[in-house]
Amino acid sequence: MAAKPQFVVIGGGLAGLMTTIKIAEAGFPVQIFSTVPCRRSHSVCAQGGINASVNTKGEGDSPQQHFYETILGGDFLANQELPKGMCEAAPAIVFMFDRMGVQFNRTPEGNLDFRRFGGTLYHRTAFAGSTTGQQLIYALDEQVRRHEAGGLVQRFEGWEFLSPVSADGPRCVGVVAQNLHTMEIRAFRADAVIMATGGVGAIYGRSTNSVNCTGSAQSACYQQGAVYANGEFIQVHPTAVPGEDKTRLISEGVRGEGGRVWVPKDGKPWYFLEEWYPKYGNLVPRDVASRAIYKIVYELKLGVNGQPIVYLDVTHIPRDRLERKLAGILEIYEKFIGDDPAKIPMKVFPGVHYTMGGLWIDDRHMTNIPGLFAAGECDYQYHGANRLGANSLLSCVYGGMVAGPAAVVYAKGLTNGAYAPPPSLLEQAARREREYTARLLKMDGPENPHILHDAMGKMMIEHVTVVRHNKSLEATDSQLCELQQRWQKIGLPDRGGWANAEVLFARQLYNMLQLARVITRGALARNESRGAHYKPDFPDRNDAEWLKTTKASWTADGPRLEYEPVNIKYIEPKLRSYV
Amino acid sequence: MTTIRLKIRRRERPDTSGYWEEFDVPYRQHMNIISALQAIRRSPVNAAGETTKPVVWESNCLEEVCGACTMVINGKVRQACSALVDKLEQPITLEPMSKFPCVRDLIVDRSAMFSTLKKIRAWIPIDGTHNLGPGPKIAPSVQEKAYEYSRCMTCGCCVEACPQFNDRSPFIGAFAFGQVELFNSHPTGALNKYERLDAIMGQGGITDCGNAQNCVRACPKQIPLTDAIAGLGWETTKRAIHKLLK
Ligand SMILES: Cc1cc2nc3c(=O)[nH]c(=O)nc-3n(C[C@H](O)[C@H](O)[C@H](O)COP(=O)(O)OP(=O)(O)OC[C@H]3O[C@@H](n4cnc5c(N)ncnc54)[C@H](O)[C@@H]3O)c2cc1C
Ligand code: SF4
Ligand code: SF4
Repeated sequence: MAAKPQFVVIGGGLAGLMTTIKIAEAGFPVQIFSTVPCRRSHSVCAQGGINASVNTKGEGDSPQQHFYETILGGDFLANQELPKGMCEAAPAIVFMFDRMGVQFNRTPEGNLDFRRFGGTLYHRTAFAGSTTGQQLIYALDEQVRRHEAGGLVQRFEGWEFLSPVSADGPRCVGVVAQNLHTMEIRAFRADAVIMATGGVGAIYGRSTNSVNCTGSAQSACYQQGAVYANGEFIQVHPTAVPGEDKTRLISEGVRGEGGRVWVPKDGKPWYFLEEWYPKYGNLVPRDVASRAIYKIVYELKLGVNGQPIVYLDVTHIPRDRLERKLAGILEIYEKFIGDDPAKIPMKVFPGVHYTMGGLWIDDRHMTNIPGLFAAGECDYQYHGANRLGANSLLSCVYGGMVAGPAAVVYAKGLTNGAYAPPPSLLEQAARREREYTARLLKMDGPENPHILHDAMGKMMIEHVTVVRHNKSLEATDSQLCELQQRWQKIGLPDRGGWANAEVLFARQLYNMLQLARVITRGALARNESRGAHYKPDFPDRNDAEWLKTTKASWTADGPRLEYEPVNIKYIEPKLRSYV
Repeated sequence: MTTIRLKIRRRERPDTSGYWEEFDVPYRQHMNIISALQAIRRSPVNAAGETTKPVVWESNCLEEVCGACTMVINGKVRQACSALVDKLEQPITLEPMSKFPCVRDLIVDRSAMFSTLKKIRAWIPIDGTHNLGPGPKIAPSVQEKAYEYSRCMTCGCCVEACPQFNDRSPFIGAFAFGQVELFNSHPTGALNKYERLDAIMGQGGITDCGNAQNCVRACPKQIPLTDAIAGLGWETTKRAIHKLLK
């Protein structure tokens, strides 16, 4: 081969960094793009921990058990091949981070300590204080920096991916990206591109996600022919704190350490989760807990002070234990709300949290477009209809471990020369994006893009989260179409050519609206209840008709939905119950 | 109170001069500086009633853990997400950090900090990401100490507050010492501790610290930077003597 294959990774969270390291370890050059410096990616937010069945507590835990609970937790919608590999690799992944110097909590013997998380009866979650995600992403960022110092990795931090470049075939041959400060738009050639752009929380306006989790990048791929799978599966975390600017998560780790959920009833605390689910109690999976809280608030009208609020209580836990195990988490609450959780029960309500759906990928993490891969929260594998706590950091890292080497194998397999795209193709792609940006800059209608964003978010939270009705889903979809019309009439309050956040946001908003329709139409079509997707009119899971993956393809008339069977090779679907 | 008053230090481009612009923003309970800036974006009109360009800033996690939204608020460097309006005196002044090149409005370029991380070799040189079993055993007490340093989010508060750090001085800043301490205290990291010590010796290194202790007071994560500085001061002295005798 004359020239070495080149790789582009989009996203510097856990998934993108792990992918980058794997490619660099194989000896190939990688360019990694991220809108924010990698170590400021959303992965820093993860508080609770990362799962691995190391069985340090002698409870008889095993990767098989982890695998089983992951599939059960996902209500059997996950294809089983990749999750099986993930659960088997988990102990080695946690050990890898341990070797990288992550400051995991320790047992008195000096071993890694593990805590309990939702959807399991085992102590399976390794944690570094209450900032596990931060510690893990720093560890990977540091290793990438080492490869950068070694000359294999080039960082493009402060660049936003705009679109993939496809050659006939189709085949992905590069990307177009824009510098957030200079606003320069450039095409980058690559033999393989790996998307690792995280979740889509911003489609719901306020969520527990970071500001840049817009899904805009995934949407751009979708609009160019990449299939988007299981869009309708969005996890709503039971314990979050709604705020003006964002919804802040109170980690499941709080319940893992003994936190209890209650509302006042007849003048006394009613621990409804413990009463309804005696076996798992406060640690039922997230979809179950969120629905229970909705029932308390909206059906039984027992919300605290008549508001959409329940208590999450740790006041019974000794302060020194709280400080040792949960300091960072409780600090967030105190910092943003002003009450001390050790003294006053926290006020929480479910909030949009995690994107189970994402770019469709095969078992090598390649999308339906050859050369375009995806890993991390932006892909759809692993979590089925509902993700178990502390399984996401794991799936992001494992996904990178599969996607990186698979991209290398793919790129090496390209016959030299025959596949090299003409340079004009890349230049054309860049020119198209420059022209589009120029058109955006000229938009001078009456609509403010941020106000449209608020409208979209409000509607999506109201109708496409915990409880879903076909009538309102239909209405939501047509309102999304209206918002798309209104988008055509936006006016950009900033037309400058330097660090113009508005023009980038206008583009993101357009892309978010496209994906919002994928989520809504997917939910409308799926007439059953499974995991995070719950329809009172179809309260049961319906395997005969719906044990299948939703696959959405972009068309000018909106998403076209198709379905494919789920791989249930290892575990037969059975009733999911936590009672 | 129905509105709050913000006074923002603005700048169009790195090569243009800065100016102040004031804004009145509707007050909401529990609001923070980020939500005030978001309100300006929804309606970019200044206090004089003139339409203006929305203010730009950096942010991501909004939970004070990514470090992005650091700025100078009422004269104090801190994160905008955890700056609650109820606790701030008005008018609230917002300025970009002064120790880094300003890109636009409240956005600065902190890439110097990332270069420093490269310079001090802030990583553990593992043999590879393949399965080599667990790392070394570590006592909980050692982990608890190291954990404090591991929370550094490269926000830059410590260097903004430091009298020694500015764009004309080569001083690398306190966060770097915290990171060296973190990696040198890890059993595997200690294997390369001299490389890191060497990186903080000489010009711009630890001897340039004037011991003002502003850094530790400014750090939002209460990282014991001055402990690190004291410990590393001693370590580097030992190292220097050792090198002399060689
Ligand atoms: C508050 C919170 C707590 C959590 N706690 C846990 C936990 O305890 N355990 C667990 O397992 N999981 C947890 N999760 C989930 C987990 O943190 C995420 O799923 C995971 O970190 C996602 O990693 P990622 O690498 O896929 O994406 P991210 O970390 O979101 O990274 C995405 C990257 O893509 C980049 N990017 C995005 N768009 C573009 C673009 N257009 N151009 C260029 N770059 C782009 C971003 O800059 C970023 O670098 C939590 C999530 C939240 C919200
Ligand atoms: S002690 Fe003073 S001089 Fe030294 S780093 Fe801290 S603030 Fe700067
Ligand atoms: S040491 Fe503290 S103040 Fe300095 S960069 Fe790190 S977190 Fe910020």
